[in-house]
Amino acid sequence: MKSAFVSLTALLFISACASTPPAEPAPQPAPEPGPTRHTPTPSGHMTPLPPVPGSIAEFQKMAGDRVYFAYNAAQLSHEARAVLSKQAQWLNRYRNTRILIDGNCDERGTREYNLALGARRASAARDYLVSLGVSPSRISTISYGKERPIDGRSNERAWAKNRNAHTGIVSGAVS
Amino acid sequence: MRIIFALALMAIALPAWARLEIDISKGHLDPMPIAIPDFVGASDPERQVGAQIAELVRANLERSGLFRPLDPASFIEHQSNINVQPRFADWRIIKADALLSGRLVMESDNRMRIEFRLWDVLDQTQLVGLQLATTPENWRRIGNKISDVIYQKLTGETGYFDTRIVFTAESGPKTDRVKRLAIMDQDGANPTFLTSGKYTVLTPRFSPTAQQITYMSYASRTPSVFLFNIETGRQEVLGDFPGMTFAPRFSPDGTKVIMSLVQGGNSDVWVMDLRTRQRQRLTNSPAIDTSPSFSPDGSRIVFNSDRGGSPQLYMMNADGSGIHRISFGKGNYSAPVWSPRGDLIAFTKSLNRKFHIGVMRPEGDVERILTTSYLDEGPTWSPNGRVLMFTREPRPGAGPHIWSIDLTGANLRQVPTPGDASDPAWSPLIQ
Repeated sequence: MKSAFVSLTALLFISACASTPPAEPAPQPAPEPGPTRHTPTPSGHMTPLPPVPGSIAEFQKMAGDRVYFAYNAAQLSHEARAVLSKQAQWLNRYRNTRILIDGNCDERGTREYNLALGARRASAARDYLVSLGVSPSRISTISYGKERPIDGRSNERAWAKNRNAHTGIVSGAVS
Repeated sequence: MRIIFALALMAIALPAWARLEIDISKGHLDPMPIAIPDFVGASDPERQVGAQIAELVRANLERSGLFRPLDPASFIEHQSNINVQPRFADWRIIKADALLSGRLVMESDNRMRIEFRLWDVLDQTQLVGLQLATTPENWRRIGNKISDVIYQKLTGETGYFDTRIVFTAESGPKTDRVKRLAIMDQDGANPTFLTSGKYTVLTPRFSPTAQQITYMSYASRTPSVFLFNIETGRQEVLGDFPGMTFAPRFSPDGTKVIMSLVQGGNSDVWVMDLRTRQRQRLTNSPAIDTSPSFSPDGSRIVFNSDRGGSPQLYMMNADGSGIHRISFGKGNYSAPVWSPRGDLIAFTKSLNRKFHIGVMRPEGDVERILTTSYLDEGPTWSPNGRVLMFTREPRPGAGPHIWSIDLTGANLRQVPTPGDASDPAWSPLIQ
């Protein structure tokens, strides 16, 4: 029994040594000149597939899910209308989807006034989608006022991002 | 700010409290020196609680900005019996104008009795002599009540120390903020969370009995005005409105809640009767109408509207008639709140990329700006209409805290809170 134990220990020791990388790499033979060998490696980079049609990812990629506003304003800019038009195209294609539009403000205003302003922004986006044929029964709105900034910093760039209406697909999208 | 001494001859015609009085109408404060020794007691536990109460009274009065409690180390006389006249000369030497002598007696049945006398050192007369009994765990409320008695006796105005503050306790990053309903004593003691933080809560306000809070919460499918019963912890959505409701406030008699309702993206002011649950629309404009606040007599309402193109303050009668603009200064105005005294309206003003707390008369004139910072907002009045608390973010990116300022614009202080805090609302005096 004892000798068996010793030899097992020795075996473990040897295998432990064997797994240790050699201190120096073994010298490699110089590559042989000759005909180019064909490698099965795919050429170029992998590129992502387009999102699945009808998915939230497709909606975000095709249209964009956020439109932005000027300070203390709820008027839709040209850019905002362009984004909402693409949203409407997608929504008119996938008619089983339902959306929630949340209106948001930057931090430079009083809390209650911003709740009202956020409601107005969400409603502006909603009304434009409805004018492009999206059924109002598919759209809910909510205002977060200044309570849900997407950029937590306090500078012009962050404020511009935080003045928005965000369109979230709440149901009916392909997952 | 100075102390008024009535002449001895005139004193005959004056009520007793007028002899030693702080004139609090002036802007420049010269606080009254007052001596408040630790309350005497026959045993160590009595002396210990007696010292706590005296320290609380000193801290309250000092924080008001109207009093300067003297260092107990400077006291010459050390009274052991508060039922004899103090040696007034000893108190005059250290320049005390008033002296509070207190005594605490532990009785059987876990009761304690507190006796105190307030002396006019210069006139050598007693201004107040009172006693009361309670349980020892109530020592803090007793200290606040004694502070209110002193404040009332020496300023002629009701105090505000036996009150509480409801507020929003904030934590977490700005992009994922947790906001919980919380309550504490006016000095920041005993902070307690009332909600878990699972849902965002905003803008809590007390009922006139201080037993209920109305606030806005995202706990319901449509964000709504809620009622919270402080005694039972029960929360309920107020009314079944066809849209988001927010910006609630109680009427001065507590029978109604006034608020904004969003319909089709547009905010108007509505009022709801809490007993009948009937609701009435008060404004009907395509503009933002929000932040309504009743006058103390319930006859008028001040509110915030952008019907003129920018956020301004407007006034209307309680039935929605007679709407007219009252703010005409430079800048944008919002979050108006009527003083409990009725003489002033506090507001938030933004001008030149700064935010200010200010006050104006209900007619809109005599505007005074009291504070300035990156973001000051949402004033609330002490029940005597003398002090304002508000939310301050002192600079971009700094978390919000609660601050207070005297109506004169003096005595700006941060109110201690366990973490970031916003939307303070001051309770009435606790009954």
